[in-house]
Amino acid sequence: MGGKSLFEKVWEDHVVVPETADTPAVFYIDLHIIHEVTTPQAFNMLRETGMPVRRPDLVLATMDHSTPTVPITDLEGSLDAVSDPEPAQQIRQMVKNCAEFGIELHGFGDSHRGIVHVIGPEIGATQPGKTIVCGDSHSSTHGAFGAMGFGIGTTEVGHVLATQCLLQRKPKSMAVNVTGKLKPGVSAKDIILALIGKIGVDGGTGHVIEYRGETIRALNMEERMTICNMSIEAGARAGMIAPDATTIEFLRGREKAPKGAAWDAAVKRWLSLASDPDASYDKQVDLDVSELEPQVTFGTNPGMVVPISKAIPADSGDASFRKAINYMQVKAGQPILGTKVDVVFVGSCTNSRMTDLRSVAKILDGRKVAGNVRMLIVPGSQSVKDQAEAEGLDKIFKAAGAEWREAGCSMCLGMNSDKLGKGELCVSTSNRNFEGRQGPGGRTVLASPETAAASAIAGVIADPRAYI
Amino acid sequence: MEKITRFTSATTVLAIDDVDTDQIIPARFLTTTTRDGIGKALFADWRYDSQGKQIPGFPLNEPGAEGRTILVAGRNFGCGSSREHAPWSLHDFGFRAVISTEIADIFRNNSLKNGLLPIIVDKATHAWLIANPGAEVTVDLEAREIRLPNGKAVNFPIDGFARLCILEGVDQTGFLLKQADAITQFEQTRSWQP
Repeated sequence: MGGKSLFEKVWEDHVVVPETADTPAVFYIDLHIIHEVTTPQAFNMLRETGMPVRRPDLVLATMDHSTPTVPITDLEGSLDAVSDPEPAQQIRQMVKNCAEFGIELHGFGDSHRGIVHVIGPEIGATQPGKTIVCGDSHSSTHGAFGAMGFGIGTTEVGHVLATQCLLQRKPKSMAVNVTGKLKPGVSAKDIILALIGKIGVDGGTGHVIEYRGETIRALNMEERMTICNMSIEAGARAGMIAPDATTIEFLRGREKAPKGAAWDAAVKRWLSLASDPDASYDKQVDLDVSELEPQVTFGTNPGMVVPISKAIPADSGDASFRKAINYMQVKAGQPILGTKVDVVFVGSCTNSRMTDLRSVAKILDGRKVAGNVRMLIVPGSQSVKDQAEAEGLDKIFKAAGAEWREAGCSMCLGMNSDKLGKGELCVSTSNRNFEGRQGPGGRTVLASPETAAASAIAGVIADPRAYI
Repeated sequence: MEKITRFTSATTVLAIDDVDTDQIIPARFLTTTTRDGIGKALFADWRYDSQGKQIPGFPLNEPGAEGRTILVAGRNFGCGSSREHAPWSLHDFGFRAVISTEIADIFRNNSLKNGLLPIIVDKATHAWLIANPGAEVTVDLEAREIRLPNGKAVNFPIDGFARLCILEGVDQTGFLLKQADAITQFEQTRSWQP
């Protein structure tokens, strides 16, 4: 028998009833993060069947997807003034549901209200070895801590609320070995975009990815979160990174992290989760990033990506490729550098943390956003916002002409009023360039925070290496 | 949940790869707190123009498309977000099966919980189905096969437990609730507490 991988260790630690040919495993969930959009029907189900929430203490609740990014002082008039009636109602329903079922809610005014995948780590609820789910596919973010995080649908949100368990078949495993030192101006976002470009948007389907290698070890936790976050964009079930000293230093002293003797025991357990040297994987991929350039997408899925200095691929005659470049109004075989930009969005569960905001501030400092560009900077949480303001980043952003907003998912998915207009092109630090994702008819180019900042100044898609 | 054993329908064909859940149902329709009438939002930005008029040529707008229960789609259907609104809207519109060579994980999981069969077939069968929109196809869940108009049967894989739940018309929550004792035992005996 070979050794076990990180994923196998976490998987085995949560099997309540093993799977058989006839039935999936009953699989225990340690942390359930919920938000206003994918839970109302699950709470309705509990209400209709008279069931309580089994472990309200293992639920972390907030509101992020459809919340406005302008200040809200109350949940009635102030919310209604800036929100459509349906999302406002959904937000109020979330408050009611949490109160009725005894769940603590990080709502408006709370220092930890923010994007689900930002606040879990920031309060220390995200920990190595945990199973973490949310009705949101970017739950893979939490894998940066050596947790197994994955997205679920609303029926499964109901399952976890009622039983703290899910029915699961064990996924396959895939190792992604990343080597080489990143060059200045190239960051974690470029690594994950390059990987998706290499393996495709279905390259990880059915698999849990483990990101390994010297490059990954050298990243801070926020950079690791950026990488794990977009695992789902390669179709993977989850993405994980073994806990190490970086992980432990990040968690030390956080609100929900264990304290005293419990901390010491937890650290010992966490450090034992790393894959055994002889662990095996169903699939292996190697990625050398020593010559990696900043990456930008040109099409309508995150796998349609090119190094920023290179041309969009030639037309292969593929119908889906043609549909994508027609939608994007770009030309096969032509460079994407220099394409006119209307909007720049810095935010989302991929790139809205302090590392990202500091990188953007460094490039914007003393410069001006181009006259043709509207730039939105949306922090991942209230506490990211507070920290950025404590460091004076907001002043740099505003002086450059960018809008500095309240925390939330915002223009990543256009559920509130932060939307692209028809035909507008946005360089975005978010995770999906799907048709209309940021607003009907809007065109999205995914990029790193550095590339987004450089493009905001240039007014066209620009190489950040010229601005650092 | 309704019981499904077998059904026959002409197919609707959407010959595009990597159709993501934002296309199946754009995020602005996720502000509902129920599932009622969600089929209206299915493929909203591909079905309707900005004035709300049907866009001619989109397969769901073709005469006879209403009432068809089988959607044949390109590779990697349902990628992207975990929104269960995607299978809800397909189901509410009338679909009971999606046939492709590859279907994204979370979408497949969500579909199985809502009586929408995610059916994976080989490339040759798929190519024939894509080339023959409107073909009369039978989906036989009991036999785990689809039957083409020429009588040819093609097997498809499906998780045995999910299949049984759909054949019986029961949802999976009941099975999980029956595990309450095992779950309590697990919580009380594990070596660490979350």
